[in-house]
Amino acid sequence: MSWNVVVPDIVAGLFLGAFFALIAVGYSMVYGILRLINFAHGDFYMVAAFVSYTLLALVTVGTQVNWGNVIWVGVVTMLAAGVLAVVAERLVYRPMRRAAVLSLMIAALGVSQILENGVLNTPGWGSNYLPFPVTPPGNGFDVASVHYTWLQVAIVLTAAVLVLAVHFIVNHTMLGTAMRAVAQDRVAATLMGVNTDRVISLVFFIGGALAGAAAVTASLYYGQINYLMGFSIGLQAFTAAVLGGIGNVAGAAVGGLLLGILESVGTGLVGAQWALMFAFGALVLTLWLRPTGLLGERVGQRV
Amino acid sequence: MRSWRAAAPGAAVALAGAAVFPLALGSTYVTSVAMQVEILMCLALGLNFVVGYAGMLDLGFAAFFAIGSYTSGLLAVDAHWPVLATLPVAVAASLLGAVFIGTPTLRLRSDYLAVVTLGFGEIIQNIVNNLNQTGGPEGIYGIPPLSVGPLTITSTTGYYYVFFVLVVLFVAVSYRARRSRLGRAWLAIREDEDTAYAMGIKVRRYKLYAYMAGSVLGAVTGTFYGSAFVAIAPPSFGFNESLLVVMAVSMGGMGSIWGALLGAGAVVAFPEVFRQFAQARLLVFGVALVLVMVLRPQGIWPEEGLRLGRLKQSARRATRQLTHWASARLGAR
Repeated sequence: MSWNVVVPDIVAGLFLGAFFALIAVGYSMVYGILRLINFAHGDFYMVAAFVSYTLLALVTVGTQVNWGNVIWVGVVTMLAAGVLAVVAERLVYRPMRRAAVLSLMIAALGVSQILENGVLNTPGWGSNYLPFPVTPPGNGFDVASVHYTWLQVAIVLTAAVLVLAVHFIVNHTMLGTAMRAVAQDRVAATLMGVNTDRVISLVFFIGGALAGAAAVTASLYYGQINYLMGFSIGLQAFTAAVLGGIGNVAGAAVGGLLLGILESVGTGLVGAQWALMFAFGALVLTLWLRPTGLLGERVGQRV
Repeated sequence: MRSWRAAAPGAAVALAGAAVFPLALGSTYVTSVAMQVEILMCLALGLNFVVGYAGMLDLGFAAFFAIGSYTSGLLAVDAHWPVLATLPVAVAASLLGAVFIGTPTLRLRSDYLAVVTLGFGEIIQNIVNNLNQTGGPEGIYGIPPLSVGPLTITSTTGYYYVFFVLVVLFVAVSYRARRSRLGRAWLAIREDEDTAYAMGIKVRRYKLYAYMAGSVLGAVTGTFYGSAFVAIAPPSFGFNESLLVVMAVSMGGMGSIWGALLGAGAVVAFPEVFRQFAQARLLVFGVALVLVMVLRPQGIWPEEGLRLGRLKQSARRATRQLTHWASARLGAR
């Protein structure tokens, strides 16, 4: 197993990890505040990818990549994804606030099905793998005979900036304090004057927006989208969140990067079809040996 | 469930009706749909032990279905075993899987458990899809039909009756289990795990028993599934299938035997009835699932009985509000 073979895998894993981190942070925050595994979170990502696909297809002429277009489409997609998340929260999760965990999870599965089949049935989308209308140029730079494009750098930077921004919000603003309060003890938070409904909606919005960012960057990177893309990445992002410590923004980011590297190196060794096995292997090991995750769990007790 | 006596005549009529149904109708299509309903009923009754009785969300139940099918199929096709002889081996393999996966993971919180079971389901599907010994993506074909003594069953109607017997058997097992000490322990765990533990119930062990019970029923169903369809392939054992079983149990009524049967019927019948809407029916399905969970989380036919009282009450209230609103509007004009 020579170094030359592993290093590119590790770096590729970093990019994969950037996507995982963005989605995992959203997953983690929602779980932290509601103790809900939002199975539909991956599907927010998927819908965002399709939205960005449609928007970009509208404004892209020929093969010229207009980065300005990509950026504003990215922002719009983030907003749209955030709104989608809030809508799901308002319509489905809020009425079920006091329901049993089992029912909540099944409802989340239902939302996931609605989103997946909704996309499947939307004219112009459907079940095929759609090629992303924007193909980023491959110009970049070389490090140790491996070529890295500017897109990859941009992806990592975007992810880093967003995750840092969320970390700042959660840990150094009043809003973040409110979020942590609601996560710790919702009733006590209301007694302290926190508008829990609004805070929860905001958390969903942020999570959705991050998933939207991940969607745009991943679609650019992989070049194609499909209505089932949310399922597996949602699972992997959840694994990443657990790996790092659920409820913990930094943990989700670290977990995402780690899982990305782990999967990349692993599939480099045994083949791409076993990718999910690595993710689940990591999940089971984490839950078995260190259930609170690498950076420690930050959720209140759901009594 | 209320008294035996009250339910008996209705149940007897239903049983009799179901028994003569394929002969009376004579349509192979309807019989085959009915057979699929029965298969899902069997799976739902199996999952009912895990989700309904013990309260653990299992999103990878198709794994046991797969283990049972593939074990039986491989033995029948490669080693030329008669199908009935493969049954104990399939069950043993499934039990092994249940113990192997269940022992380290069943102590997890329900949310984590759900994802781990989901992972298990995906892993099993991945394995049978990627290994040459299990036929890879094409699966196993040429599975011999079931022979019981001198009788070899090859027709759809024949398998309808095979699964009919299975359903009745599973219902009986579920019923007895529910009323046993084990069943009471499960219900206690479902309602409040910590209190159950404080009352001296060995929670982890009983959870494992529920998981094992589910795996046995899944494996048995899988064994006969192979014979009925002659060929089995990985796509039949994925998350979608696990989700269908979960939907059947949760929409029908968690923990309730009739609910599981009803849910299975609804899950299979729904897409068949709306066949002309092709892909959109799954979308409607998702909406239906969400609606049931939000408005009636205990399912359509929960354990306590049909409980239509609340529904009637809210329907009455809604009608009253509507008439008030309408008369106010009309009056104001």
